Amino acid sequence: MFCGSSSAAALAIGILWALGAAAAHADATESLRDDAQRDVAFDHPPQRIITLLPSLTETVCAIGACDRLVATDRYSQWPPQVRSLPKAGGLDDAEVELIVALKPDLVLVSRSQRITDRLAALGIPSFALQTDRYGDIAHTVATIGAILGLKQEAGRLNESIAAGVDRIGAQALLRRHGAEPSVYFEVDRAPYAAGAASFIGELLTRLGARNIVGADLGAFPKLNPEYVVRYNPDVIFISPKDAPALAERPGWDQIRAVKEHRLCSFSSEVDDTIVRPGPRVADGMRAIDDCLARVAP
Amino acid sequence: MSAPPTFLGLSVPGIESRSSSRMLLWLAVCLTITMLLTGASLIVGTSSIETSLGWLFAPDAQSSIILWQIRLPRTVGAWFAGALLGLAGAVAQGVFRNRLADPYLLGTASGAALGVTISLLAADTSIAGLAWAGKLGVTAAACIGACAAIALTIMLSRGVLQTANLLLAGIVVAFLLSAVTSLLLLTKPEIWRTMQVFLLGSTGYLSWTSACLLGAVFLICFVPAALLARGLDALSLGEDTAQSLGLSLPMLRLALLGVLSLATATAVGQVGIVGFVGLVAPHLVRETVSVNHRQLLIGAPLCGGALLQAADLVSRWIIRPAELPVGAVTACVGGAYLVFLLWRKSRDE
Repeated sequence: MFCGSSSAAALAIGILWALGAAAAHADATESLRDDAQRDVAFDHPPQRIITLLPSLTETVCAIGACDRLVATDRYSQWPPQVRSLPKAGGLDDAEVELIVALKPDLVLVSRSQRITDRLAALGIPSFALQTDRYGDIAHTVATIGAILGLKQEAGRLNESIAAGVDRIGAQALLRRHGAEPSVYFEVDRAPYAAGAASFIGELLTRLGARNIVGADLGAFPKLNPEYVVRYNPDVIFISPKDAPALAERPGWDQIRAVKEHRLCSFSSEVDDTIVRPGPRVADGMRAIDDCLARVAP
Repeated sequence: MSAPPTFLGLSVPGIESRSSSRMLLWLAVCLTITMLLTGASLIVGTSSIETSLGWLFAPDAQSSIILWQIRLPRTVGAWFAGALLGLAGAVAQGVFRNRLADPYLLGTASGAALGVTISLLAADTSIAGLAWAGKLGVTAAACIGACAAIALTIMLSRGVLQTANLLLAGIVVAFLLSAVTSLLLLTKPEIWRTMQVFLLGSTGYLSWTSACLLGAVFLICFVPAALLARGLDALSLGEDTAQSLGLSLPMLRLALLGVLSLATATAVGQVGIVGFVGLVAPHLVRETVSVNHRQLLIGAPLCGGALLQAADLVSRWIIRPAELPVGAVTACVGGAYLVFLLWRKSRDE
């Protein structure tokens, strides 16, 4: 009888312990919805991460988890320590075999990547994050912080990014005394422009510049070249390769920015901070502002 | 006895006067359409038509630049590029005795695309041997690439005598060069956007210099082509018949392929790869008037020029102030026209 009672008590304790452990385990599992509208569950913070977008690589490192990266996409070159990591392809040609071989517990991707379905079929967890606008940066940082169990670090990073952007914007507006230089930002010689609706356009607006390509034309419209002649910008942002031949385009030698040589060109390293919506947004904004301060009328 | 009818100093003997009159009427209509399109091109752009009309009658410094330095050379250049493609299409269809032949049959488009890709890649490279290619620019690189592709095609087909060999070599070269272009693009995907614009054609940066160059090359190609028109007529009866008429077939083919190559390479270099104009222009002439090759070689350039001018107008009007690639417009219109031809043929059968 005694023996039977103690067995029953032990069984009850065992069941209670098991239930408790299961409950604790359930508490530790966090489910987050990614930007592809999929619910992804995490029972522990991932320790082997692959990023397939430079801005995601930069974000992971900026919140202090660079040592958890086991590979990145081929375009991720910052911070310098990621250059030595294996490169798992590009945006649309990720090397699935390499990814599988590295046994990651999370692959961070962009929403548009076809790789998501392929990884799901292979049982590799992935999480899609779309970062197109300035407003998306804070969301991306906070989400990656939550996934990696680094919410406080992510919060601090977001505060630092916002403070940097606000400070540079305020200084630029103060320096210009209300003057708004008109600007044209060329992303390709076709010509494709960065419109006011693009991430680059948002940075220009924050710096008090007036983009000649309005938001109604879309983020990166292919313009009729006469549009730039007609709107005669004060400053042109253009790649260093294309800048020397700008005056050879029909009618462009009469544009104020070309005549007065008010051109801004950046090295590819600086260009990365301008075109990638990520934690280095303030650096990109400062590069634009420095050039505007130098050449704008 | 009346003299045979003439146009541009070219007599058209052997053609009934009614047919010649119809051809002259057709040419007059084509020229009128070209004039109207040229006029329209001055008022179609990023501004509204009212604003553009205001600029015409009361121009200031800026509007003068837009009208006379941007819009007019653009439409004149587009006309000459279309004319070159029309001429090249007529020559290609005559040489290959196939009405589905187009100017890109000898691999010119793929060669031009490879030339542009190498030039874009070389612009960023530190390899000294490739630096010269980077300095060429898109226009010269496309032209050199197109010429190299034609040379490769002729080499592979061991001359110009065998039509089937030429066609086969052209297809092989086109596939081969396209594959090399794709492989090179994989190494630097960021040049895709520039390549896309080239592959879909663009008239956006045509200047007076480009228009003059296109015009000069058009004259250089048109005169020998017109002089060789009788040879094309003879060739259309079969190679044996042409030889029995005393024609030197190798010389005739070589000269005509020279015209075809120069016309296509120049047009591709200036406006990128614009599809269907070279294929459709000769068809449009044959559909509306009964012609021999001399008349076709006059009609197809006029028709091609007007076609590309119209496509240019549509491309800059439809989503202004942004613009569509002109090659996408010609592909839509040309494709629809060919579908119509097929539908009509099947209906008639």
